[in-house]
Amino acid sequence: MQNRSKYLRWCLGLLGVSSALFFISTFTIPSLSEWQSPFLSRCFFILMLCFAFCLWRIFRGPTPADRAVAVDTLGILIVGFCAVLSISTGRSWYIDIAIAWALQSFIGALALAKYLEGRGFDE
Amino acid sequence: MNEIIGYAFIIIGLVFDMFGCLGLIRLPDVYNRLQATTKCVTLGTCSILFGTLAIKGFDAIGIKASMCIVFLILTAPVAAHALSRGAHISGVKLWDKSVCDKYEEDKKVNR
Repeated sequence: MQNRSKYLRWCLGLLGVSSALFFISTFTIPSLSEWQSPFLSRCFFILMLCFAFCLWRIFRGPTPADRAVAVDTLGILIVGFCAVLSISTGRSWYIDIAIAWALQSFIGALALAKYLEGRGFDE
Repeated sequence: MNEIIGYAFIIIGLVFDMFGCLGLIRLPDVYNRLQATTKCVTLGTCSILFGTLAIKGFDAIGIKASMCIVFLILTAPVAAHALSRGAHISGVKLWDKSVCDKYEEDKKVNR
């Protein structure tokens, strides 16, 4: 019984990965298509898959430390996403958003670490 | 030529991001997940930003991207180290096949 559920989960994961690869290789975002090259739209979809992994870990994490790690990772990924957006649109204020997001992600991670240690903020 | 170098760096960065998030899903423990995500995702995002610098040259986007690289390299290991220390103090157990725990021994010696 255990063996069968294991095989079933493997088959479901394989189906999910192959459907995600098919989705990445065929689709583009229609509303953004006037400034979007095919390569950069693939970049967007791969980064969105990474976001989905992080959100899954935030949803399922057994301990609060797992969720803190996933939030920190999500912040660093959004910096890369803003960099790809600034290449494809050619506007420089996306990189400003990336710098500000990196700053607030760092401060948020330090605050979460303090909270996990169980100390107050003024010690 | 610059665009080819930049796109190559962006592809390397995307592969590193992908493997880091796969490690976040698949590894068994908080500390293993932290090790996978911090190294892979930091290096991957810095590689994407370096690709941006290589494509755009030294205009507004490139200079801001280089500033962002320096900031990420300085701050991401600090945040990861603080998170792992907080997780260990809050009492998260290691994986049962882990080999050694130097921080726990150190706390016992100093007590």
